[in-house]
Amino acid sequence: MADPYPSVVVDGIVVEDEIRFTLADLCRACGAARAQVVVLVEEGVLEPAGSGPEEWVFSGPSLRRARLALRLSGDLDLGVAGTALVLDLLDEIETLRARLRRAGIR
Amino acid sequence: MEFKDYYATLGVERTATQDEIKRAYRKLARKFHPDVSKERDAEARFKEVGEAYKALSDPERRAAYDDIGRRYHRGQDFQPPPGWEGGFEFSGRDFGPGEAAEFSDFFRSLFGRQASGAHASMHAPGGDHHAKVVIDLEDAYRGARRTISLRVPVVDAQGRLTLQERQLDVNIPKGVREGQHLRLAGQGGPGDGSGPAGDLYLEIAFQPHPRFRVDGRDVYIDLPITPWEAALGATVTAPTPDGDVQLSIPPGSSSGRRLRLKGKGLPSNPPGDMYAVLVITVPPADTPAAKDAYAALARTYPGFNPRSALEA
Repeated sequence: MADPYPSVVVDGIVVEDEIRFTLADLCRACGAARAQVVVLVEEGVLEPAGSGPEEWVFSGPSLRRARLALRLSGDLDLGVAGTALVLDLLDEIETLRARLRRAGIR
Repeated sequence: MEFKDYYATLGVERTATQDEIKRAYRKLARKFHPDVSKERDAEARFKEVGEAYKALSDPERRAAYDDIGRRYHRGQDFQPPPGWEGGFEFSGRDFGPGEAAEFSDFFRSLFGRQASGAHASMHAPGGDHHAKVVIDLEDAYRGARRTISLRVPVVDAQGRLTLQERQLDVNIPKGVREGQHLRLAGQGGPGDGSGPAGDLYLEIAFQPHPRFRVDGRDVYIDLPITPWEAALGATVTAPTPDGDVQLSIPPGSSSGRRLRLKGKGLPSNPPGDMYAVLVITVPPADTPAAKDAYAALARTYPGFNPRSALEA
């Protein structure tokens, strides 16, 4: 059988610096249904620019945040408000860990 | 392949009710969820627990597993019985090929057949895939080419799920930071019919570095110096991920002082900074001459009290 994926060299684009997502893009990148992402916006977990779902533009870092929220809500069966709270707490933990790292405490 | 005892993984009896199985799973899922857990091997444990729950939470799958389980115990070599694939009809389709790729060979040999999801359209775009790549800090400074191996789930003509190894050479751009993602256009799941292929997203992780600590774009190092370099000032050689630099220690520096090497952090626009955190290292008083030197120092500073701030 022929190799369906011949070896190629591909360039990576840094999502956080260079990419913006529409709602459809973000759903596809996360493997999520539209409604799942819309509730994350309504809860303030994601903050796209633009007035309505068709105009929403999500920043690059939204990808990580959306995937994290979807993993947590799916794996732990959390509601959207609970997910939002966990994300805020994780952000705070990361800020504190970064302070420890700067101080050389691991 | 090894027989897996899913009841032991969840810590429940074989007679456990569905509710008991769910409770046990939830508790372990919270404990080992890789996004929140600090346990070692959290990710591997979380996958094991998830797989066990996937097998036991569905009554049909649990019945099939129990039937096999009567003849095996944990760790025993397991061979699927001939004709196994036709032995059970599964109605549920609650996991896709991508998710099944995370499960063990044992799970796939038992339940893989039903994982061939129905396709919505003949021209649907392929799904976007995700993977993780671990690079060295030096790679982020200079850019790098990395060969990554992906295990891609493929559903064969018999509807069985198999994993295909696939290699990809990826150019990792200079200046990428930990936790960022690279998008590789068209390298995700193949589309159906004329549908375009999906994209592949690679999450960047850094190999822990023995010397340098990374905080976003900034890089930190503990730089040991002698007491006389600290007191008198000196120019010393300090390593950075991009090679050695000459660094001036100002006179009168104390331990913990951070010296900034502007623009020597991760390259980007603007570049990060590098910080050398001074650590004064005291030489041992292990010869008469060394003891004399310390004694001379003590005579020079009769009034010096580093603990004055602690006194009431």
